[in-house]
Amino acid sequence: MSDEADKVFKALADAGRRELLNRLHEQEGQTLGGLAEGMGMSRQAVSQHLAILEAANLVATRRQGREKLHYLNPVPIHEIHARWIAKFERPRLDALAALKARLEED
Amino acid sequence: MAKHTYVYVTYIVSTPEKVWEALTDAEISGRYWERQNVSDWKVGSRWTHGFPGKAPDVVGRVIESDPPRKLVTTWLRPDHEDQPEFANPCTFEIEDVGGKVKLTVTHTNLSDQDLKNISGGWPAVLSNLKTLLETGKTIPNPFNAVEGHPQAA
Repeated sequence: MSDEADKVFKALADAGRRELLNRLHEQEGQTLGGLAEGMGMSRQAVSQHLAILEAANLVATRRQGREKLHYLNPVPIHEIHARWIAKFERPRLDALAALKARLEED
Repeated sequence: MAKHTYVYVTYIVSTPEKVWEALTDAEISGRYWERQNVSDWKVGSRWTHGFPGKAPDVVGRVIESDPPRKLVTTWLRPDHEDQPEFANPCTFEIEDVGGKVKLTVTHTNLSDQDLKNISGGWPAVLSNLKTLLETGKTIPNPFNAVEGHPQAA
């Protein structure tokens, strides 16, 4: 598990990679070309970031015809959540998140 | 309405045979999934997902069955069982990747509402399956943290 967790945290420690995950969260099943659009980096750089995300199992891929489609795979994040957070903290964290959202609205 | 596909992957220190058994054995599936998967897993057979002794919550047919590598089933609400246009095909692919098993779940043809119902559920199911096969234990109340997940009665 620790090796897997290391990969997840390292993969998440980059704003560009988190942006790629955001984009896959908004729209699943995107191609490399679609994901590279408007990222402000080369297609090759996006491809390398995706490889790191895939090695950390944060991105899953499947082939459809000639296209490789990318999907956000939330399972490793769920495992981290389940390990440290889910057991006791959920109601308090929900309350804190709601408070933060309300304060930031003002 | 837009239809969605979701793909979930988990790596489990186990064998393809044990992962297959965990997906298809009623008693074992109930241990990490709460509800049990019940069928003879022959192509064309009915399968059900539910609490023992109660009406199932999900029903469907076995489309492809290739133990211990690949299982394809359809998923339907029981009141939609005779309306195949509502079916959500779900594929389990089990691959040995050098001492570990890569389990890929591909769930297709999901409506926005279906997506809401399953998107929190699958990660919890797969994490708990991994925990069970690797440690012999399960997480108590695995779906407590899942918003909107139907709880045990």
